[in-house]
Amino acid sequence: MSVSSNRLSLEGKVAIVTGAAAGIGRASAILLAERGAKVVVADVSEEEGRQTARTIGDNARFVRADVSDEQSVRDLVAATLSHFGRLDIAHNNAGIAIGGTELADFGKAGWDRVIGVNLTGVYLAMREEIPAMLESGGGSIVNMSSVAGVVGQVGQAGYIASKHGVIGLTKAAAVEYSARGIRVNALLPGTINTPMVQKIINENPGWVEALTAAQPIQRLGEPEEIAEAVAWLASDAASFVTGASLAIDGGFVAQ
Amino acid sequence: MSISFGKTSLAGKVAIVTGAGSGIGRASAVLLAERGAKVIVADLDEDQGRKTVAQIGDQSHFVHVDIADEQSAKDLVSQTLSKFGRLDIAHNNAAIYLTGPEIGDTEKSVWDRVIAINLTGMFLAVRAQIQAMLETGGGSIINMSSASGLTAQPGQPGYVPSKHGVIGLTKAAAVEYSGRGIRVNAVLPGPTRTPMTQDLIGKNPGLLDILNAAIPMQRLGEPEESAEAVAWLASDAASFVTGATLSVDGGFVAQ
Repeated sequence: MSVSSNRLSLEGKVAIVTGAAAGIGRASAILLAERGAKVVVADVSEEEGRQTARTIGDNARFVRADVSDEQSVRDLVAATLSHFGRLDIAHNNAGIAIGGTELADFGKAGWDRVIGVNLTGVYLAMREEIPAMLESGGGSIVNMSSVAGVVGQVGQAGYIASKHGVIGLTKAAAVEYSARGIRVNALLPGTINTPMVQKIINENPGWVEALTAAQPIQRLGEPEEIAEAVAWLASDAASFVTGASLAIDGGFVAQ
Repeated sequence: MSISFGKTSLAGKVAIVTGAGSGIGRASAVLLAERGAKVIVADLDEDQGRKTVAQIGDQSHFVHVDIADEQSAKDLVSQTLSKFGRLDIAHNNAAIYLTGPEIGDTEKSVWDRVIAINLTGMFLAVRAQIQAMLETGGGSIINMSSASGLTAQPGQPGYVPSKHGVIGLTKAAAVEYSGRGIRVNAVLPGPTRTPMTQDLIGKNPGLLDILNAAIPMQRLGEPEESAEAVAWLASDAASFVTGATLSVDGGFVAQ
């Protein structure tokens, strides 16, 4: 018996993945390509970004982009259209974590930077992606929020605010553009085994037990597990899913 | 290049779908089978249930069930084990929808019936399924909530509280069993073109325009679109998703 997967296929679609040099972004870029999409690998980090593109092969192209910079995001979408001719999928994943101090001591420079990349960066990206998608007849945008988009954590005021904001921005765009064929959804990963988290664990050896104990599923997630959700939301299988926030967190926010 | 759908496959898995005689339940049973699962089609309505089995073929089997009845929920699981030897996936979809007066004028008998089927029925099903899944090393449970699990509409005594309750029950089970390999999630469809909805529209010709206008995507969902969410959550692609609520509603609750 042949197993039917057709609505999951991304064949013929063109995707942008920001922050695709490492972690979840890299895993998503690879999986989108495996499902048939052509992928623009976007990152500020050129060397690692090119490595993601090389791992994928001919169906990928690296474009250097700083999502907090208006012109850079414009150039990213223009480069996508000039290389692959259309835009169907955007995974706005680029984000940074700045933390370690409580709110009263949280510096404005750090605040501006985390809001600039994590929230304003998603706004700038969508503002450019949406007109390109309207030209191509619609599309699917998958924005990266976090469990920090629905709960608070100590010492992360800027990050928490930015990720809550991504959910609001996602709903606002979904309500505006869903009738014109653009679906917009947010993903909320829990604690994932990315290079960023590995670095924190290496610096604080006791943390892996504490982090594991905090997850009902009793382990950290893998980048590939988030990528599966990106690929699903990007596909026609999710054709009635828009404005949704999907937690991929081993039960973290359910408790 | 060959396209890989590896983790979305359900080959080798055994599923129960309750309320599989029509609408979303039937679409889910059909899609789970298409992705490779063996499917127990459970329904109170034997004629309709057997039609679903006829559509799927050899890898499905009908079991008559009254989901509000404790013994019937237990028998459903034991018949699944005796027919197919294991249980990996349960889509608890059976529910009733009663429109009625406002809460101040609602008879207790109406309340009791909705809660007994939509919420207590789900508890009975989940309880029996968990015991079987622990035997076979884990599984994935997908409970049917609704956009009415997060929001309220007038004149649905019992239905709105029952669907809110399903989300609570889902989180409670997820937090308890995710560490032992059982993921538990809820799907929240918006207005969907099921026989139930078609019946309401038939009796109230203005309703379709009202519903379309209330959905950012400006159309009803199709049963197959909710089924795609069920099939994805059932699969290993969703291996870090548990305790989550997934809206499939064209943006209905985002506004």
